[in-house]
Amino acid sequence: MDFALFLRQTLAVAEADIRKLRHDPWELASRMVQPMLWLLIFGEVFAHSRAIPTGSLGYLDFMAPGILAQSVLFVAIFYGVSIIWERDLGVLQKFLVSPAARPALVLGRALASGVRGLSQALIVFLLAFLLGVKLRLGVLPIAGVIATILLGSAIFCTFSLIVACMVKTRERFMGIGQIMTMPLFFASNAIYPIAMMPDWLRSIAAFNPLTYQVDALRAFMIEGAHSDYGLGIDFAVQLAVLALLTALATNRYPTIAQ
Amino acid sequence: MYVNRAARQPHENEAMDPVHRPAVELSVLTRRFKSLTAVDHLSFEVRPKSIFGLLGSNGAGKTTVIKMLTTLLPPTSGTASVAGFDIVREPDEVRRHIGYVSQMLSSDGELTGYENLLISAKLYGLSGAERRTRIGQALEFMDLAGAADRLVGHYSGGMIRRLEIAQCMLHRPAVLFLDEPTIGLDPVARHGVWRHIEQVRDEFGTTVFMTTHDMDEADHLCETVAFMHRGKLAGLGTPGELKAKAGPEATLDDVFIELTGNAPGEAGSYREVEQVRRTAARLE
Repeated sequence: MDFALFLRQTLAVAEADIRKLRHDPWELASRMVQPMLWLLIFGEVFAHSRAIPTGSLGYLDFMAPGILAQSVLFVAIFYGVSIIWERDLGVLQKFLVSPAARPALVLGRALASGVRGLSQALIVFLLAFLLGVKLRLGVLPIAGVIATILLGSAIFCTFSLIVACMVKTRERFMGIGQIMTMPLFFASNAIYPIAMMPDWLRSIAAFNPLTYQVDALRAFMIEGAHSDYGLGIDFAVQLAVLALLTALATNRYPTIAQ
Repeated sequence: MYVNRAARQPHENEAMDPVHRPAVELSVLTRRFKSLTAVDHLSFEVRPKSIFGLLGSNGAGKTTVIKMLTTLLPPTSGTASVAGFDIVREPDEVRRHIGYVSQMLSSDGELTGYENLLISAKLYGLSGAERRTRIGQALEFMDLAGAADRLVGHYSGGMIRRLEIAQCMLHRPAVLFLDEPTIGLDPVARHGVWRHIEQVRDEFGTTVFMTTHDMDEADHLCETVAFMHRGKLAGLGTPGELKAKAGPEATLDDVFIELTGNAPGEAGSYREVEQVRRTAARLE
C-alpha cells in the first residue's frame, strides 16, 4: 500500500468535514453548553458538598478531565448519524466509489471527530481556568491532552460508525445513541473514582475505554494528578481498542450503502 | 454493437484488442434480496466510447445493476467487468476507472463547488499542479467557474448535476455511470446536462452508462438502450431498431409500454420513491 497516498486520502476525508465546520461554526458553539452545565452546576454543587472523596485533588480538579472526556464522547458517539444522513443524501456513495482505501474512509471520519473534540477542549479549559482548576499549561501536557482527545474521539467515532452500519436508520440510531452514552459515562472514572464503585461496576469500568481516556487526561491536565494505570497502559489499551474497531468499521462501512 | 451475450460471442481477435473490448460486460449477473430477485441473469455488453441507456419502470432493477457495476453492492451470482476489470475480484481497479453520479445528490451542499472538486481530486490521488489544472478545467468545462466559491446548497439543480459530473470526470474515468442524471430538472437545465454528457463522451472518449425514466432523453442521447422488466432484460438495441419493431410511428414510450407488459408500475420500494422525490425537491 502507498502510505503517502493513504495518508492524503485520510486527510481528504477529514478535510471535507473540517471545511464544513468552518462554514458553519455555530454547531460548535451549541455543543459548548453541555460541558458548561456540568462544570458550573454539577461540579460546583459536589465541590461544595464534598460528597465524593477525591484524595488530594479538589472535586473540580478531579471532574474537569472527566467532563472533557464526556464532551468528546458525546460528539464522537453521534458521528454515525452523520454518515446515515450522508448516505440518505447520496454524499457517502461518492466516497465509497472512489479508490480511497476503506480504512482511510473510516480513519478520516475518526480524525474529523477528533478535531471537533478539540473544540470541546478549548471551552473546558477556559471554564476550568475561570473556576480555579489547577491546570497544567505546558507544551508537553497540552500535547498529551490533544493526543488523548484525538485517540478517544477516534475510538468512539469508529464504534459509532459500526453501530450506524448495523442499524442503518437515523431513528434507530438516535435511540441506541442515548443507550450507549450513559453507561459508558457512568461506568467510568469521569465524575467519581473507581474506588467508590461496587465490584461489579469496577469490573465493567476496567473494560471501558473511556476510563483510560479520563485517566490519561487527568494526568496531563491537572497539577498534582497522576495516572492510576500508567500512561503506557492508558495508550496501549486505547490503541488496541482503536485498531480492533477500525478493522470492524472498515469491514462494515460499505454495507451502509447496500 | 451491443448484443446479448447469449446471441453473440466476441471474435477472438476482438477479445484481445482493448479497442474492441466491451467497456462494460455483464454475464448472467444476478442479485437477490432474500426472496426478491432484483436482477435476474442479466447479460449484455456496452461498446467503448458510447452512450448506453438502461431503461425500465420503478423497481425494475436498474439502480441495483449500477450499484453492482460501481462495486457498491456485491452480486449474488454471475460476473461483470467494467473497463476490463472484474467487479468482484478487482474492485479497487474498477473504482479507479469509473465515475458515478448517483440518483441522489452526491455533491455536498455544505461545501463550495471548488471544495467539492478539491476533495474529490484528493480522493483520486491527484496532487499539485495537476490537481489545480484539472479543477480549473472542470469548472470551465461545466460552466461553473463563476460559481466556484459559492456553497453548493445555493446552486440551481442543473448546476449541481454539472458539478457532480465534473467531480466524477477529474480523474478521466473510462466509464461514467449516471443514475437518473436529469431527474427533477427543468427542460433548460436538462438540455444543458445532455449537452455536457455528450461533450464528456466526445472530448474524453468516456463510455457513458446511464439510467433514465425519460424516453425523450434516451432517444436523444443513447446510441443503444436496454429495457429491464422485473429484473430481466426485456429488450436491447438502438432506439431506431426498437421503435421500428414496435410499429410505424412508434416512440420509445410505446416500446417501453410494450416491453414492460403494459402493466401499471407496481414496483419500487418506499425508500426508493422517497429518495427520488427528495432528490427532485432538492433540485427545485
